[in-house]
Amino acid sequence: MPQNADNVLDHFNLFRQPEYKEMFENKKKNFENPVADAELERVREWTKTDEYREKNFAREALTVNPAKACQPLGAVFAAVGFESTIPFVHGSQGCVAYYRSHFSRHFKEPTSCVSSSMTEDAAVFGGLNNMIDGLANTYNMYKPKMIAVSTTCMAEVIGDDLNAFIKTSKEKGSVPQEFDVPFAHTPAFVGSHITGYDNVMKGVIEHFWDGKAGTAPKLDRVPNEKINFIGGFDGYTVGNLREVKRIFNSMGVEYTILGDNSDVWDTPTDGEFRMYDGGTTLEEAANAIHAKATISMQQYCTEKTLPVIAAHGQETVALNHPIGVKGTDEFLMAISRISGNPVSAELTKERGRLVDAMADSAAHIHGKKFAIYGDPDLCLGLTAFLMELGAEPVHVLATNGGKAWQEKTEQLLASSPFGKNCHVYAGKDLWHMRSLLFTEPVDFLIGNTYGKYLERDTGTPLIRIGFPIFDRHHYHRYPVWGYQGGMNVLVWILDKIFDEIDRNTNVVAKSDYSFDIIR
Amino acid sequence: MSVAVAETVAEIKARNKELVQEVLKVYPEKTAKRRAKHLGLFEDGKPDCGVKSNIKSVPGVMTIRGCAYAGSKGVVWGPIKDMIHISHGPVGCGQYSWASRRNYYIGTTGVDTFGTMQFTSDFQEKDIVFGGDKKLAKIIDEIEVLFPLNKGISVQSECPIGLIGDDIEAVSKAKTKEYAGKTIVPVRCEGFRGVSQSLGHHIANDAIRDWVFDKMDGKPARFESTPYDVAIIGDYNIGGDAWSSRILLEEMGLRVVAQWSGDGTIAELEATPRAKLNVLHCYRSMNYISRHMEEKYGTPWVEYNFFGPSKIAESLRKIASHFDETIKENAEKVIAKYQALCDAVIAKYRPRLEGKTVMLYVGGLRPRHVIGAYEDLGMEIVGTGYEFGHNDDYQRTTHYVKDGTLIYDDVTGYEFEKFVEKVQPDLVGSGIKEKYVFQKMGVPFRQMHSWDYSGPYHGYDGFAIFARDMDMAINSPVWKMTKAPWAA
Repeated sequence: MPQNADNVLDHFNLFRQPEYKEMFENKKKNFENPVADAELERVREWTKTDEYREKNFAREALTVNPAKACQPLGAVFAAVGFESTIPFVHGSQGCVAYYRSHFSRHFKEPTSCVSSSMTEDAAVFGGLNNMIDGLANTYNMYKPKMIAVSTTCMAEVIGDDLNAFIKTSKEKGSVPQEFDVPFAHTPAFVGSHITGYDNVMKGVIEHFWDGKAGTAPKLDRVPNEKINFIGGFDGYTVGNLREVKRIFNSMGVEYTILGDNSDVWDTPTDGEFRMYDGGTTLEEAANAIHAKATISMQQYCTEKTLPVIAAHGQETVALNHPIGVKGTDEFLMAISRISGNPVSAELTKERGRLVDAMADSAAHIHGKKFAIYGDPDLCLGLTAFLMELGAEPVHVLATNGGKAWQEKTEQLLASSPFGKNCHVYAGKDLWHMRSLLFTEPVDFLIGNTYGKYLERDTGTPLIRIGFPIFDRHHYHRYPVWGYQGGMNVLVWILDKIFDEIDRNTNVVAKSDYSFDIIR
Repeated sequence: MSVAVAETVAEIKARNKELVQEVLKVYPEKTAKRRAKHLGLFEDGKPDCGVKSNIKSVPGVMTIRGCAYAGSKGVVWGPIKDMIHISHGPVGCGQYSWASRRNYYIGTTGVDTFGTMQFTSDFQEKDIVFGGDKKLAKIIDEIEVLFPLNKGISVQSECPIGLIGDDIEAVSKAKTKEYAGKTIVPVRCEGFRGVSQSLGHHIANDAIRDWVFDKMDGKPARFESTPYDVAIIGDYNIGGDAWSSRILLEEMGLRVVAQWSGDGTIAELEATPRAKLNVLHCYRSMNYISRHMEEKYGTPWVEYNFFGPSKIAESLRKIASHFDETIKENAEKVIAKYQALCDAVIAKYRPRLEGKTVMLYVGGLRPRHVIGAYEDLGMEIVGTGYEFGHNDDYQRTTHYVKDGTLIYDDVTGYEFEKFVEKVQPDLVGSGIKEKYVFQKMGVPFRQMHSWDYSGPYHGYDGFAIFARDMDMAINSPVWKMTKAPWAA
């Protein structure tokens, strides 16, 4: 009997005990009708070949292990960034259970969100009654200041009209006439989670600026000196937005973060559950129309939002998830140019410290080959930083990247000698990446938690940067933006590199001459 | 000890009734009326728990429930490891349920097993407009090229499939023919069907009946039957649960010919009608197929509970009662063999957990099945409820709960929060969406779907882990630090 009260064996060790190993063998042999070992081995090896890669890349219909989620997830991400706002997802209820679980697994925080719980009858007759009852319930139970409505694919396929439904619900008294219910159609079969983010951000802005769906006068823009900031869908939103605020404050620039979810996904454990915390106030969201300019940290998360803002007379600046020195320089210079304030001495010193750290450590990164996957903007930011460090990106892949992203990434790679051997893969998935890692191996892989399957299969060490990160804790609390953020990314990369060197040099009397204490 | 003020059963009942009335006040009248039917308390001697169940969730209230797709792909079909399960529709459903349920299995993923992979048809607008059948056909072709060792394919429908009129049955039949009788199973588990995961279980069970069993009629078996052949039904091998259960059945001389569906294979599904007895753990998700096998093949089935030594011993004896004296004697030997372990576990952990109170809110069998394990450790269940239970679950629950226990069916976020705030249990056992809510409130918590990434909790080996985990949750020093010393 392997189990022991004094030293309780977890699943890691319990099932390696002889009793269980024997049981597994017998189960397989007697009942599983297993594939013969030789055949298994033959096919396993075949999946590593160029021939397999060719067949894999010839896929036209099947997607395997994609690195993207659906629009409604991004919708919820954007909505919880506003003060006391509850996302209301119109459609089937299971979807909402999934979004809430997904975010809680990443942030280790609660995520509040409701569904209109549509079922078969709503599929036939439409979901108007679900909207009427649902808004009334949510309003009474959770006392929000705003309910942000988005849709699942079910509501989109049957063609429910949110604008009309919300109007009718208000007429029926579900919520007061003047209560803010911005909305966005977010079909899961168009784009990805970053599209959903874009649609909701645009929906909220249009709601406040353009007359609340015909129920209030449109706002007149009276330009002021503020800068709006939009972070986009970002797994590091907690750390990043706090860093961005520090940067604006350091430069003495007034700002509005549109969609500030840094507090709601980082509430204290002090005896009180805060369903809402922090967030962009509704007043700030409305007044954001008067800002001088809007900076989007992620171009591909704001493709529809920025033109709406620009149409109101603001300058808009779209960056690509800047990480590292040049990216942050560009970000700070944009703030400086728009505001007229110089980059602060504090930040300038931080820049020097990041360059200092890069100079100290570059030798360990220089010439190392990397594969990167993630959201389109994150891929651009990481690629740029790696090239600053003298690393060589080899594969850059975004399942939700399009042709324009591919071209932009190729341009970035062409700007540096370190990018010359790199290929960009738009719309491909992690099963494609598996073939790439077998046929054109790299030293390190950067990606989200799902990358651990690639690490296991191909032996490529994984540096976890992206969304979601389920199997490591608390990284979302650290910024990756700003010079301080660059420092964090540098350290994460270095940690993995050093761990790998140690792992490869720790065999006594074989390789441990290189098991150095100073590196 | 709980600091809740209610002490006697009468006081507890009065408090719980008051509590139910109090939470209902937040709702508009129509909703209060609907929710009132789902909230109550167990009264000794009643045949059920006095609540309605398996009814549509109220819109906008923050139900914790999922959907039929989750019940089929996530629960029943997903763990069958040598098949490829296509999440058919947009990308999200498959993405959010990708490998998150911890159905452990042994195999070479991507080559002969596919459990922790996400196969999706990633529907685009054109697929909605023009239909997805051609795409599905092509997907099956591509699977056959790239994953030649797969033993079968299931098509797990997401919401749009049933709304746009796709004929996945026709595609499946055509491809079965094209690929020499390969098992290809269309499953109509669109998320809008039914009121929760539950209908998805039923639909998935029916799909096994129609698309796996019916094909087997008249085909020879892969092995010689013995009088001791049993199948484990309704164990999803979360954290290895089915393994720490199987080992006990084998130790008592039974031969487990199939696991449904954790670490399961299509061959095991096909062999199950030859079992002499089906042993059923999760009644809710697999009673349908058990009843079908009883009707069609005459296979009896017996429910069992492998949480905690009291229920394990009871269950081993109950299972053995279907067999001869040898097996009955063996069951006693197995119980005796593990007695020392159980005694040691209880000696170590019971003093640390005695008298602690627990509120549960889970799915399937757990709102009742785990109660015995807590009681073995001297803990008391003061509230429980089902995400997607039916009345037969609440009937079965009466054998587990005490007079006056608070019962909440399809609880809403608001209700659960208020109940815990007022009852002040020492531990809450529920899911990932609830975990951080209660931890923020300073209440120790364990996820009772995923075992909080621990487990197994089934069987004797699992009980030791269960006891250790509950102690770890309740007696963590962190809970003494939630208040700043300078705070009033």
